[in-house]
Amino acid sequence: MNAIEQQLQYEKGNRASLILTFIIIIFLLVWSASAINLDNMTTNGVDMAKNILLGILSPDWSLLTNFRGGVPYLLIETVAIAFLGTMIGAILAIPLAFLSASNIVPKPVAFIVRLLLICVRTVPAIVYGLMFIRVTGQGPFTGVLTIAFVSVGMLTKLYVDVIEELDRSVLESMTSIGCNGFEKIRYGIIPQLSALFLSIVIYRFDMNLRDASVLGLVGAGGIGAPLIFAMNSYKWSQVGSILIGLILLILIVEFASNKIRSKIVNG
Amino acid sequence: MNLLSPKKIQLPNGKTVVEKRSSTPLIIIVLLICTITSINITGFELEVIFKRINQFFVILADMIPPNFEYMPNLWQPLLDTIKMSLIGSVFGAIFALPVAFLAASNIIRTRFIASTMKFLLSLLRTLPTLVVALIATFIFGLGTMAGTVAIFLFTVSYVGKLLYEQIENANMDAYEAMQSMGLSTVYAFRYAILPQVLPNYLSTTLFCFEGNVRYASILGYVGAGGIGLLLQESLGWRNYVNVGMILLMLVVTVFIIETISEYYRKKLM
Repeated sequence: MNAIEQQLQYEKGNRASLILTFIIIIFLLVWSASAINLDNMTTNGVDMAKNILLGILSPDWSLLTNFRGGVPYLLIETVAIAFLGTMIGAILAIPLAFLSASNIVPKPVAFIVRLLLICVRTVPAIVYGLMFIRVTGQGPFTGVLTIAFVSVGMLTKLYVDVIEELDRSVLESMTSIGCNGFEKIRYGIIPQLSALFLSIVIYRFDMNLRDASVLGLVGAGGIGAPLIFAMNSYKWSQVGSILIGLILLILIVEFASNKIRSKIVNG
Repeated sequence: MNLLSPKKIQLPNGKTVVEKRSSTPLIIIVLLICTITSINITGFELEVIFKRINQFFVILADMIPPNFEYMPNLWQPLLDTIKMSLIGSVFGAIFALPVAFLAASNIIRTRFIASTMKFLLSLLRTLPTLVVALIATFIFGLGTMAGTVAIFLFTVSYVGKLLYEQIENANMDAYEAMQSMGLSTVYAFRYAILPQVLPNYLSTTLFCFEGNVRYASILGYVGAGGIGLLLQESLGWRNYVNVGMILLMLVVTVFIIETISEYYRKKLM
């Protein structure tokens, strides 16, 4: 039997598990088909869709260009919330990431910190928003704290992957030429981590901007609250102008963050 | 500007070399300015945090111990949440395949089509899922359908983007050979490109499904079905024991799903 025939034999053995997986997926799909039901669809659903589309196509220009209290100000507020939240989260996540990296601290410690972080990550941002409202009242300040808290959970996870890939041979050679602990951190560890950390933080800022734009739903500042007010009162042209502003902002930030990140990582 | 101009060093043999200045100080200054502006806009005060942070733990303490008697009411919404994310992810991933095919500039030679599809995908990705869900509730009414649509759209945009990037980076040799033998674009794609991107495609879909379970859990907040509806109700009534129970169930569910999906993703790689 030559190599090609062997490979063919191997492929056949795979078929049973493939079919089984397929059956399981089909079964799960049929089971979850009940999620699709149009019973609740209001008869004017199509009309509604048309109105929303018309609103987006004919936005409220005065709201879109009004710098005092209009869309631009709300967008700036949203960016400020996301920026400050990301900065705080990025700094707080560094010690936590080292505490949960299994090549830095003992395994049990790393496991406990990780478990804690999984819990922190799973709780939806909106719940944190409601909890922080008790602390600081309604407004953008609450949004900052919420974004910071949520990003700590996510950033730590991404930091840890980088830390665990750390090249230890550099540190060994620095020890052999007599560097002390501080010098090892300054010249051995920071240069390895800084670029990747920065890239992660910028990526997270991108995500946080989206989160910050919906946190307004619970009264945590930003553009979310005006959006939901406009929707609930069926002012579709205002909804349109807010959505256009939001889409433009996110497109620009995403484009810029992609450019900066590829420059940081590729040098 | 002195800060950015390279530093000249005179070597002993008379030659001059230039050392590029690090841009770190400039970046730090820009970041500081942005931070101060943001602090002014958002009204951030460290003092308030230290004074009132105990209020945060008041709610947390109210949640413990969770109300286990509330559990029987939670199974149905929790299953709804999983169903929503499952069906949304699967259909989204299936739909993403032709979209990615059309958006890949190495398969579709008409630049207009490829760039239009790419633009549509990034437009779709900009809208936060919660906003999409909110709009969907106006069209499809309150319930799981709106949530499913929101998750479907998110999955299409996310998987579609990663998939077309993989297609564009795929090895084209086999594809070109097949085309030269006279296979149509679709067939050549099916037998030359798809096998290359399939493991990554499945792994991306699984990863997206993981994230979708998390998203689906809050979609109920705007009336799009699932456990979020109960979460909003309990939060509104300040019934924090029940909130604790909901969150506990969510953490356990997400943990289980994440573990399963991570196992399969490692196998795919």
